Amino acid sequence: MKRMPISAMIGLTLTSLYFLGAIFADLLAPYGMSEIVGDTWEPSSAAHWLGTDTIGRDLLTRMIYGGQITIFVATAATALCFTVGAMLGFTAAVAGGWVDQLLSRLVDLVMSIPSLILALVILSVMPVTVTVLIMVMGLIDATRVFRLSRAVAADIAVMDFVEAARLRGEGTGWVIFREILPNALSPLVAEAGLRFIFMVLFISTLSFLGLGVQPPLADWGGIVKENKEGIVYGIAAALYPALAIATLAISVNLVADWILTRTTSLKGGR
Amino acid sequence: MTDIMLDIRDLRIEATIHAPGEDPRDIIIVEGISLTLERGKVMGLIGESGAGKSTIGLSAMAFGRGGVRITGGEVRIDGIDILQGGARALRHLRGKTVTYVAQSAAASFNPALKLIDQVIETTLAAGVPRAEAEARAIALFATLGLPEPETIGARYPHQVSGGQLQRVMTAMALCPQPELVVFDEPTTALDVTTQIEVLAAIKQAIHDTGVAALYITHDLAVVAQVSDEIMVLQGGRVVEHGTTERIITDPREAYTRELVSVRQTKLKETPAEGPPLLRIRNVTAGYPGVVDDVVKNVTLDIGEGQTLALVGESGSGKSTLARIVTGLLPPREGSIEFAGRPLSPALKGRSRDDLRDLQMIYQMADTAMNPRQTVATIIGRPLEFYFGLKGDAKRARVQELLDSIELGDGFADRYPAELSGGQKQRVCIARALAAKPKLIICDEVTSALDPLVAQGILKLLMDLQRREGVAYLFITHDLATVRAIADRIAVLLRGDVVRSGTRTEVLSPPYDDYTDLLLSSAPEMRVGWLEEVIATRKMQAAGN
Repeated sequence: MKRMPISAMIGLTLTSLYFLGAIFADLLAPYGMSEIVGDTWEPSSAAHWLGTDTIGRDLLTRMIYGGQITIFVATAATALCFTVGAMLGFTAAVAGGWVDQLLSRLVDLVMSIPSLILALVILSVMPVTVTVLIMVMGLIDATRVFRLSRAVAADIAVMDFVEAARLRGEGTGWVIFREILPNALSPLVAEAGLRFIFMVLFISTLSFLGLGVQPPLADWGGIVKENKEGIVYGIAAALYPALAIATLAISVNLVADWILTRTTSLKGGR
Repeated sequence: MTDIMLDIRDLRIEATIHAPGEDPRDIIIVEGISLTLERGKVMGLIGESGAGKSTIGLSAMAFGRGGVRITGGEVRIDGIDILQGGARALRHLRGKTVTYVAQSAAASFNPALKLIDQVIETTLAAGVPRAEAEARAIALFATLGLPEPETIGARYPHQVSGGQLQRVMTAMALCPQPELVVFDEPTTALDVTTQIEVLAAIKQAIHDTGVAALYITHDLAVVAQVSDEIMVLQGGRVVEHGTTERIITDPREAYTRELVSVRQTKLKETPAEGPPLLRIRNVTAGYPGVVDDVVKNVTLDIGEGQTLALVGESGSGKSTLARIVTGLLPPREGSIEFAGRPLSPALKGRSRDDLRDLQMIYQMADTAMNPRQTVATIIGRPLEFYFGLKGDAKRARVQELLDSIELGDGFADRYPAELSGGQKQRVCIARALAAKPKLIICDEVTSALDPLVAQGILKLLMDLQRREGVAYLFITHDLATVRAIADRIAVLLRGDVVRSGTRTEVLSPPYDDYTDLLLSSAPEMRVGWLEEVIATRKMQAAGN
């Protein structure tokens, strides 16, 4: 931690602010989530820092709770897609043969359908709850992680030290978790940062299209949707969540970059 | 115009290291190097890796590889200091006045272009008409002893062998009629039997064209054949400089004496006692999808505590045989017995004791260790895995093993990247020993190492054999090593064992043709050896 580049510092500060905001939303929010406290689209004031929304709810409160949902869903979906994608990818690379063929072709099949359309089709027949959302997003994006981790692991699996482990009689578990995973971590960490951002965009898109987080809950995408008519009248309410999405995306990537340079250290630093 | 072609004075070369987590710092790679080279003479630069040989060689073209900077001194080509000339003058110099022959020809050719186009490229750039350039190239192909000199240029790089490609690269360097050629380890990647041909061809071509040459290598026996003078380098400084004859016969510095005397150790042969430890019977194997078998009907025995050296050129099936013994490649026919019990052909069918008794040490220690594990983890894992050692007991045993490979305290917590090449190979040896094996397969364990380091590793292996009674299956292409350590020798040619027996039997006449070729191709450390061998072979060819 001794010499942190300035970009990483900015990224880390902003990211932690967003995450802290999400965790302590109940303490921070000045009003209730769906409490109507004013007139439609009131401008910024001391009582309502960001003004009010389309039906007179406090926008800052909505933003804080929306951030909580957005970040929670994106984090959970990223975790799911990495657990599933990386495990299957490593297994395919280590096992090879028909296991690899079966998994890879299955993934190709899923990837051949545009992910947004696939998600919309699935969500239109399933009950749209937060759990279902996380599952659908996580599993669809797991195909991307599968491809990456399989490619990375395939390069590592042919190294002599993996052969040495096999000759020792080690099981697949040891080979994957102790020999391959530590060496595959750098690209995966970089991918995790990117994947988290795609998840934020994904959930926002779904909510904007009406198949994401359902009222009375709202995420940032949903807030944009509720307030989009305001733009015509020069009301900035829809722009705040957009700005939040953009800054979160950039700051998380700055952190991912920094972790990447640290983990590629040949001294095996982590 | 003087007769001095290359004049380097007080050369100093620096580079910047970007160690992770540290500030970048400058280090000196080469300092205080001065040398002069006359037209038509060959200067040999010799030293271990990191001695600055290639860096000095490239400085003759005012080139620094990857962040390397020439920060002091003069490099005069034909009296002109090329370091002051600027980019335009250098463009004129490189590839025309001074040319370069790289170590790995296979990696240096563009696989998508015909050989002739690559050979004459710089000659055309110098304004020579195409017909004349091609005529020059063909004449050079003939001088270098390439088959079908008229048409070989129409082939692509993958259509000629490694030794031929190295000769084509030499032709490429000589084609623009340069004043100076830098040969950077041109024969290191070749088999001994090919090396001797390339060496003879290069020597002939240097003689015919009368260019000056810098010949860089780590093999003193090789450089003794081609150069007039030798400069011995260590850590970027000159250790000793003199005529080839003088350096070989009368080395003055201790370091040079070590280099000259390396490989002259010889161990007593241990006779085989009792039933053999490993019995390979009529083993035939190939890779799936390949028609020809890589190993054909091989039968070999290794006695307990013995060293069997498996000798052959690349592609002879040495490493494949190792894969069969380890169970990575189940043989198509034949059987393997180990310590009196049959060994399952596939890895899956082997018991934990079979796996423990049979350990392997790899050629590239770099890739044989997980870069993200400490030395303690690497050596400790077999202890935990086979013997269930944990905590302090494991720690103590790891230290004991580190002591036995002559690495002291403080190595246990290092990562492989923090070790030198020789230390890495020692750790690999310790990992194999940790399993208390009966047989260790050593696959070219010293070929990636410098001669003195390799010597140390061999000595360690032999000491360990005496203490632990472990047998070695020693795979190598280096006959000097075989002469020094083997109890039994098997010579492999295209998957067949052409000769096998005790060391004395195999290394005494009458030889079969291939063993004779192999033995006579191993460079000997004396001036004039190359000429003798070539003359003998010509006489034999004429006699037949």
